[in-house]
Amino acid sequence: MKPGLLGNRDVLAGLLFAAIGAAGFTVALAYPFGSVQQMGPGYFPRVLGVLLMGFGAVIFLRGLRRAEAVPGRWGWFALTVVTVSMVAFGWLMERVGLVPSLAVLVLVSAYAGPEFRWREALLLTVVLCLLAVAIFVWGLGLPYPLFAWEFGS
Amino acid sequence: MHDVLSHLALGFSVALSLKNFAYCFLGVFLGTLIGVLPGVGPLVTIAMLLPITFGLDPVSSLIMLAGIFYGAQYGGSTTAILVNMPGEVSSAVTAIDGYQMARQGRAGPALAVAALSSFVAGIISTIVVAFFGPLVGQWALEFGAAEYFSLMVMGLVFSAVLAHGDLVKSLAMVLVGLMFGLVGTDVTSGMPRFSFGIAELLDGIGFTVVAVGLFAVAEIVQNLAQTEKVEVFSKDVKDLMPTWADIKASTWPALRGTVLGSLFGALPGITASVASFSAYMLEKKLAKDPSRFGHGAIEGVAAPEAANNAAAQTHFIPTLTLGIPATAVMALVLGALTMQGIQPGPQVMTSRPELFWGLVASFVVGNVLLLVLNLPLVGLWARLTQVPYRWLFPAIIVFATIGNYSLNNSAMDVYLCAGAGVLGYVFAKLDCQPAPLILGYVLGPMLEENLRRALLMNEGSFSVFVSRPISLVFLGISFVLLAAMVVPSLRRGRERATEDGDAG
Repeated sequence: MKPGLLGNRDVLAGLLFAAIGAAGFTVALAYPFGSVQQMGPGYFPRVLGVLLMGFGAVIFLRGLRRAEAVPGRWGWFALTVVTVSMVAFGWLMERVGLVPSLAVLVLVSAYAGPEFRWREALLLTVVLCLLAVAIFVWGLGLPYPLFAWEFGS
Repeated sequence: MHDVLSHLALGFSVALSLKNFAYCFLGVFLGTLIGVLPGVGPLVTIAMLLPITFGLDPVSSLIMLAGIFYGAQYGGSTTAILVNMPGEVSSAVTAIDGYQMARQGRAGPALAVAALSSFVAGIISTIVVAFFGPLVGQWALEFGAAEYFSLMVMGLVFSAVLAHGDLVKSLAMVLVGLMFGLVGTDVTSGMPRFSFGIAELLDGIGFTVVAVGLFAVAEIVQNLAQTEKVEVFSKDVKDLMPTWADIKASTWPALRGTVLGSLFGALPGITASVASFSAYMLEKKLAKDPSRFGHGAIEGVAAPEAANNAAAQTHFIPTLTLGIPATAVMALVLGALTMQGIQPGPQVMTSRPELFWGLVASFVVGNVLLLVLNLPLVGLWARLTQVPYRWLFPAIIVFATIGNYSLNNSAMDVYLCAGAGVLGYVFAKLDCQPAPLILGYVLGPMLEENLRRALLMNEGSFSVFVSRPISLVFLGISFVLLAAMVVPSLRRGRERATEDGDAG
C-alpha cells in the first residue's frame, strides 16, 4: 500500500530540510551579505539555506517517486513525556532546588516507559536522587541548593 | 626514532604518575560500567561523564576521557555479544557473530577473544599514533586556511558517504549541522547570528546539548516506542577460556582488523563502525567457508573488535594534531579540551608535549587496565546487562540532564537539549543519520572562518582551493568519493552492504 503524503518518509524529510533551509535563509537576510572577498556574516548562512532548500526539494521529489512509508509507529507519547520531564526539570531547578526537580524528572520520565509501576518508580526516584546528590553536590561540589522556594521574581 | 622514545618516556612519566594512573583507572572502570548497560553507547557515556572531568587539569581530564571512551567501547561489545543490543553501530558488527556464539553457549570464549583482540589492537595502534601523530602534526604546520577548509570538506564528505543510509539525506544532515553551528556570535564581525535575543545563545549551542539530545534522548524515545523482547545469555558465561583453536583462528583476523582500523581511524570523518564493518567483510571474503559467518564464527568477533579499538585510538591523530574531530565522540573530546583552554592543532604537540605523549602512554596503561578489569570481572558486567531498561532510561535522562545543566548552570541548555531530542527523534524516524549532522555542527564555525580567510587572502578567487596542491588533493578525494557514490552500480552495492550491517 502506498503511504499518504504525511506517511511518506522522504517527503517529510525533504519538507523538514527545506523548512530549516528557508528559516535559516530568511533570518540571515537581516545580516550583511558582503562580497566573495569580504564575506559578511550573512553570506555563509544564506548559501547554506539555499543549498538546504535544494537538497530538501530533491529528497521531497524522490520521496514522491519512491513512496516509502515511515517505518513503525511514531512514539509521540514517549517523546512528549520525556520532553516535558526535561523542560520541567529546567524550570523547577531555578525555583525549588535540586531534589524536588530531580524527583519530578525521574517520576515523569519513568512514566514514558511501557511498563510503568508506581512502587518501582518511587524507589528509583529515591535511589537516583541520592546518587545524583552524592555525585554532583557532595562529590563534585556543584553549588546547587537541595531544596529551595524561589518564586516571585 | 630516538625522539619518539624520549617523548614516550616523558609520556609514561605523566601517565604513570599516581594521580593520572588513578584517573585512567577510574575512566576505564566507569566507561566499562556504563558502556556495558544495554542501549548506552560511548557517546552517551562520555556526554554523561563529561562534567565529572571538568574539575581536573587538562592532562588528567584528557586521560580520563580517553579511558571512558575505550572502556565504553569495550563495554558495548560485551553487551553486543550477550544481549545483541549494541550501544552503537560499531559493536553492531560484533553482535552478528558474537551473539550467535553466545546462543551456542560460547559466550565466554567470545568475550575473551573480544578482549584479547582489543588489547592487541590497542597496543599496536598506540605505536601507530606515537609514530604518525608527530608526522601529521609536522605536515599540518604548513596548512593554511585553504588546506584546512578542503580538509574539513573532505571529512564532512567522508562522514556523509560512510554514514549508514541515504547519501543525499546524509549530505543534507551535514548542511543542517553547519547551519546550527552558526548560532552565536560571528567571530569575524562580532555580530550575533540566529540568537533571537536570547542571551544564552550568544555563545552558540553547547556541544553536549546537541549531542545528548540527538543521540541519548532521541535514542531513549526510539527504544521506548518499540517494545521488543531480547533474549539475554548472561547466565551462560562460565568457561571464559578460549580453546587453542579459537586463539589460532583469531590471531590473523585480529591483526588484519588492527591494520584496517588504524588506517581508517586516522582519516577524518570515518567512524569506528566503518572500520569494524570493513574488517568483518574482509574476513568473510578471505574465509574458506564464508557461510559460517553470521552463525558464530570467531573471526567475526576478533576482526571487528580489533578494528574497532584500533580506530578508536587512531581517531586521536586528526583530532589532536589537526584539531579536526574524526567522529562525534572525538568532537566531544575536542570540545572538552577547548573548554579547558587548549586549542587543539599542530602546535599542541610542541607547546604541550606532556598532553599528547601523556595521552599516548595512557593508551597503553588503559589497555592493560581494560584487560585486567574485563577478564576477571566479566561475570559482573554480564549481570549488569540484565538491568531492565525501565530502570535504566530514567537514570540516563537524569545524568544527561544534570550534566547539561551543570556545564553553564543554565536551564536554557536543558530546554535546548530537550528540543534537540525532539528533532533527533523525528530525524531518526525519517531515516536521517545524526552523525553527519553533529560533525557539521562542530566543524561549521571553523569551516566558515577558514573559507572567509582563504578568500580574503586570495582576493575573492576560489582558485586558491585548487591551486594549492594539498588542498587540491583533499578536494579531489572528496569529489571522487561523491562521484563514486553517484555511479548507480556502486550505490546498489553500498545499500546492500549497509543492509548487511544493520541486520546485526
